[in-house]
Amino acid sequence: MRQFLKDREHLVRMAVLFAAGLVLFLIVRIVLVPKDFYELGHFRTGALADNMARPMVFAGREACESCHSDIVDERKGSRHAAIACEACHGALAKHADDPASLKPARPDARTLCLVCHREDVASPKTVKQVNPQTHMGGQDCISCHKPHHPEMT
Amino acid sequence: MGIDRREFLANTGKYILLTSAAALAWDFVKAGRPEAAPDYTLRNHWWAFAIDIEKCIGCGNCVRACKTENDVPLEPYYFRTWVERYHVPNGNIEHPEVDSPNGGYDGFPPRYPPGDGSKNFFVPKLCNHCAHSPCTQVCPVGATFDSPDGVVLVDKTYCLGCRYCVQACPYGCRFIDPRTMIVDKCSLCYHRITKGLTTACCETCPTGARALGDLKNPKDPIHEFLRTHKVQVLKPQMATGAKAYYNGLDGSVR
Repeated sequence: MRQFLKDREHLVRMAVLFAAGLVLFLIVRIVLVPKDFYELGHFRTGALADNMARPMVFAGREACESCHSDIVDERKGSRHAAIACEACHGALAKHADDPASLKPARPDARTLCLVCHREDVASPKTVKQVNPQTHMGGQDCISCHKPHHPEMT
Repeated sequence: MGIDRREFLANTGKYILLTSAAALAWDFVKAGRPEAAPDYTLRNHWWAFAIDIEKCIGCGNCVRACKTENDVPLEPYYFRTWVERYHVPNGNIEHPEVDSPNGGYDGFPPRYPPGDGSKNFFVPKLCNHCAHSPCTQVCPVGATFDSPDGVVLVDKTYCLGCRYCVQACPYGCRFIDPRTMIVDKCSLCYHRITKGLTTACCETCPTGARALGDLKNPKDPIHEFLRTHKVQVLKPQMATGAKAYYNGLDGSVR
């Protein structure tokens, strides 16, 4: 006991050093960890807003149809009616925001139609498939089929 | 960052009195669950994905749309979503032949002759947005996480590019963006779905082979899909809680 009291100074010094280290750690931690970390889990809540903030490139079908109602009527009852506009016409959010700023280009039917309709053993037979050599010879698809209503009348 | 003496002492006391874990839990209790966007309530959604292999024609529209929407580098060929073509000769599901030229970006040039007794089909792939995702568990800094509405997201300001998550994902859905050297993956078009739109890949899929679904919305068609189809997830033995449900998933699909 006497020995312990004599060496007390070493223990106190160690305890003070340990406490100082702990305090330093806590200060660094408070400064470095953002306020919104751990709010909803082991991540920064602001990261959700970051992910939401990305600009859109595809406008979405509703935006197209709010102006082009004539095309909606044209497509009614056709096999293509369920397909969204931008599936063929490409990403057009810029055009939807400001129609004058970007005029959409007319898709090239001969390549575009075959993206879906080229014969392939792996494609399900629910979608019409053609062999471009035997089906149409040198003709364009659109000389017989209207893309917005492709059924032959 | 401003902190006054009272707050500092309170914090110090709190951290010393409680263990660090308990202190964090206390913060969580006090903070409640603040919402990230005023017109979007996190707790009202639980996002999932439905894929119908029997409808996929391998056109590659989804791959192209995803790259456009999410600024995924065109080359080298990294993907947030891609399409694989399976060729299973003689019903041998242990040894399928799989190809995915440029991830399906340019479509699939015909390769197998018809009528050779083989089974052929396309399988679209993307992040499964697992409920118990292995990739988020290994992230050392909390840069990738399961959001409260069931999407696995990346915090691009926090990611170190250490690649643990790339190795941890059993589905190969992550890559290091060669421009920024940090990780990138399917965000389920979080910027679109939080504004009431569908993902870019679902928007442009001509056959309805893929569909975004909200499991917390009782009116969402995904419930009908899950009820009326025999669905399976990829690698169920991994117990990842994957939320990309496949109809017509063959045993050969890895």
